[in-house]
Amino acid sequence: MSAALQVEGLSKTFGGGRSLLGRARPAVHAVEDVSLRVARGETLGIVGESGCGKSTLARMLVGLSLPTAGRIEIAGRDLSEQIGDPAAFGRLIQYVFQDPIASLNPRKTIRQILEAPLRHLAGLDAPGRRARISELLDAVNLRAEFLDRYPHEFSGGQAQRIGIARALAAEPRILVLDEPVSALDVSVQAQVLNLLADLRARLDLTYLFISHDLAVVEAVSERIAVLYFGRLVETGPAAEIFARPRHPYTALLAASAPQVGRPLSPPAGEAQELPDPYAPPPGCAFAARCPRAEADCRAAPPPLRPMGGGRAAACLHPL
Amino acid sequence: MTTLRLIWRNRLAAFGGIVLCAVVVVALLAPLLPLPDPDLTAPAERLKPPFSAGALLGTDHLGRDLLSRLIWGTRLSLAVGIAAAVIAAAIGSTIGIIAGFRGGRIDNLLMRGIDMLMAFPYILLALAIVAVLGPGLVNALYAVAAVNVPFFARNIRGVTVGLAHREFVDAARLSGKSGARLVFTEILPNVLPVIVIAMSTTIGWMILETAGLSFLGLGSQPPQADLGSMLGEGRKLLITAPHASIVPGVMIFLIVMSVNLLGDGVRDALDPRLRSGALSRPAAATEVRRKAATPAAGAGAGPLLAVEGLETEFQVGARVYRAVGGVDLAIAPGECLGLIGESGSGKSVTALSLLRLVASPPGVITAGAVRIGGEDTLAMKPEALRRIRGARVSYIFQDPLGTLHPLLRVGDQLVEAIRAHAPVPRRAAWARAVAMLERVQIPNAAARARSYPHELSGGMRQRVGIALALVNDPELVIADEPTTALDVTVQAGILAILDGLRRERGLSLLFITHDFGVVSQLCDRVAVMYAGRIVETGPTAEVLAAPRHPYTRRLIACVPEIGAGRRRLEAIPGLPPPVDALPEGCAFAPRCDKAAERCRTGQIALEGSGDRAVRCLFPEEVPA
Ligand SMILES: Nc1ncnc2c1ncn2[C@@H]1O[C@H](COP(=O)(O)OP(=O)(O)OP(=O)(O)O)[C@@H](O)[C@H]1O
Ligand code: SF4
Ligand code: SF4
Ligand SMILES: [Mg+2]
Repeated sequence: MSAALQVEGLSKTFGGGRSLLGRARPAVHAVEDVSLRVARGETLGIVGESGCGKSTLARMLVGLSLPTAGRIEIAGRDLSEQIGDPAAFGRLIQYVFQDPIASLNPRKTIRQILEAPLRHLAGLDAPGRRARISELLDAVNLRAEFLDRYPHEFSGGQAQRIGIARALAAEPRILVLDEPVSALDVSVQAQVLNLLADLRARLDLTYLFISHDLAVVEAVSERIAVLYFGRLVETGPAAEIFARPRHPYTALLAASAPQVGRPLSPPAGEAQELPDPYAPPPGCAFAARCPRAEADCRAAPPPLRPMGGGRAAACLHPL
Repeated sequence: MTTLRLIWRNRLAAFGGIVLCAVVVVALLAPLLPLPDPDLTAPAERLKPPFSAGALLGTDHLGRDLLSRLIWGTRLSLAVGIAAAVIAAAIGSTIGIIAGFRGGRIDNLLMRGIDMLMAFPYILLALAIVAVLGPGLVNALYAVAAVNVPFFARNIRGVTVGLAHREFVDAARLSGKSGARLVFTEILPNVLPVIVIAMSTTIGWMILETAGLSFLGLGSQPPQADLGSMLGEGRKLLITAPHASIVPGVMIFLIVMSVNLLGDGVRDALDPRLRSGALSRPAAATEVRRKAATPAAGAGAGPLLAVEGLETEFQVGARVYRAVGGVDLAIAPGECLGLIGESGSGKSVTALSLLRLVASPPGVITAGAVRIGGEDTLAMKPEALRRIRGARVSYIFQDPLGTLHPLLRVGDQLVEAIRAHAPVPRRAAWARAVAMLERVQIPNAAARARSYPHELSGGMRQRVGIALALVNDPELVIADEPTTALDVTVQAGILAILDGLRRERGLSLLFITHDFGVVSQLCDRVAVMYAGRIVETGPTAEVLAAPRHPYTRRLIACVPEIGAGRRRLEAIPGLPPPVDALPEGCAFAPRCDKAAERCRTGQIALEGSGDRAVRCLFPEEVPA
């Protein structure tokens, strides 16, 4: 299978450099050395806790944020030249935001919002735009009478459908879905997830599905990548990664997710928080919380190593 | 439309608007009115008093007709003031938008320039500008505009910075918009109302400032009249002919006052917070206005908390939002009841109603009783309520930052909570506070007690929130989604602490959540809420294993579970009904696949046998 999206050594550092007075500014490594490959038509789930760099990674993938280092290749095209030009990215890869209402301009009608990508990215004329808009509304199951209303008149689920329609307008091949259902209620969440699955099959799309909800990610993805403190710590097929985790952090995540019929399992160990991003530990970032940590873990960050069966983990003493 | 109506409702603003309109209309009509030439001198007619024949307001020291000069002068002053406001708004907003949108070095450069402009007292700056350009009305206009640019630049920059990082701007970037197009079509429409508000509140000042420069002889030059120069000329004759200064003075007062009154009205009408009435001061306890007599208390040792037929509504304008529409709950000592439902189903309003913490206005409790240890909190005096809050009953909220005081050390906040309900010496209270922090597993509690809330992570803050709720040994703790904002690994720790504490102290717990997994791990019984009512209740394990209400069954089916693999999820079509337009009969009927004609009429009661109850005419079969 050809890769729809290939990312190598992607990193993002915020801050850093020197101030006018020559003092060093503190730097945060939000994403460090992430390499990914997503096959055409595949859904890759990305899970991790808040602050682990999920959104920063997603924003780099769609060109909204400049990587500090690394390469992004979409459908075989190296997009390093177009970096900083969301319009160039926008024809190939689009983004669906976490907060559906906030991603719609409060002073624009739905028609104006949907027209923008058709005009600026697809270059359609007025009749073409009209036809495409009604196609898009059909695709996301919205009625045409919504077109002249303003965003605040919509529920979260409806607004997210509009967000999906906007993302699909210029016929991109890849959608980056950044927590697309976290702001929605469960009964509505399922509606949107099923819609996304239908669209993927019908339009032959590739998805990057970002979420903190393991069960949701597992239900929609073929492969899953686990992010911790800006680094990939484990990747593997969705069916196995939580059932038989190799990285201790993945195991902790899977054990912590509250589930019907499973007793509470308080995590062992004192430190239950992420390390300080301004003073990252030298070795494995999970060492302070890890029951298997040994001296060698604290020397250098362990690299992501293949573990067989399409799996990889960044751990020196995997489960 | 509603904005106009809101301005009209504000009496003072309406009065200002009428006065201003009258002044503007007269000024606009000046060329059409039968007025003598304002600049025509007639030394023989000088200083006639008002109400003389042929000169309604009298004449000035050169015999010019004051009424004519006043109307033409007003016309000029208004034009200059408005022009200055438009120029200042245009330049200032442009600078503000560019600085706010581009950020970084450009922002720095522009705003430091503005700061320099602001460092001078404004009248000095205006004088300096006129001194350089030379006196004259147009130069005075430039000076007044320049002096007011910083006000617009700073205001608009602040608003733009907020907007530039909003998600819809990113969405527009991804739709192919960039640069000027992004600014004009996405940012500007959202900034415009702010510019209008800023203009309406400053235009009065600018008219006054222009008049000031003219008064000093730096603005309009003789014989041309504006209000400031008329005042300046009249000043010399203040004693002998006071009317020559009173006439323009009164007009300046009328204009500036009416502009400011109207401007304040416009600001209030456009401000969304004022619009929703959120800034009105809430009462100390939710208003109770019961439609019917209080249900009588059951005899004997009842449950610790008994809620009967609780109804809470929000009355906003003509709309009534029935957030809680008749809720019955009971919690025995030491029991944990889970209250589960989707957003907007009324969980939080129910919880807040128990101790009358719903903001009033607009909240009103219209029916029911809330008995805590047999006493009805809805009938209590505010003083008695205050004694219960935090002592017998305490709350844990989703966002502990909202309940913790940002400027006090967490230890001191615990000490304060202890000493508010019992006369404990400070030292002993501090020791108790540290012990409590240790109990919620805050590492190094003695040192952490000296931290401020912002120095703690989200999980640590929520532990402090729990410590604060438990430090006075309450009988009942109401926890409103205490872990929703936290990560799963942190949540697991917090839930374990809460569970341990409640068992060890025999606490009753009302736990609100939207997560079935959490309910099943923590709660003895569960109550499912939909559109303001409990639709099903029973022991947690039984309800989850064999739900009887169609809504419960289908909601459980919607929740994905780990280990079930890739699949299509169950969904419930449609949305919950809005609580200001609830359907008759069963609120779930529009989404229910078992709904029959009978479901859509009358009241459906919460009925059941044993410890399970369900509000449905055709409940699901329970497998034997
Ligand atoms: N503009 C910024 N300046 C400085 N640090 C930033 C900035 N944006 C993000 N970060 C930091 O980068 C890290 C990753 O942030 P990111 O928003 O990607 O996390 P996330 O996984 O999406 O979190 P959440 O689930 O809460 O949205 C965090 O430590 C965050 O504080
Ligand atoms: S590398 Fe060491 S510390 Fe890190 S996860 Fe593996 S065992 Fe734990
Ligand atoms: S009462 Fe009727 S409509 Fe309501 S849940 Fe039961 S079967 Fe469905
Ligand atoms: Mg995020």
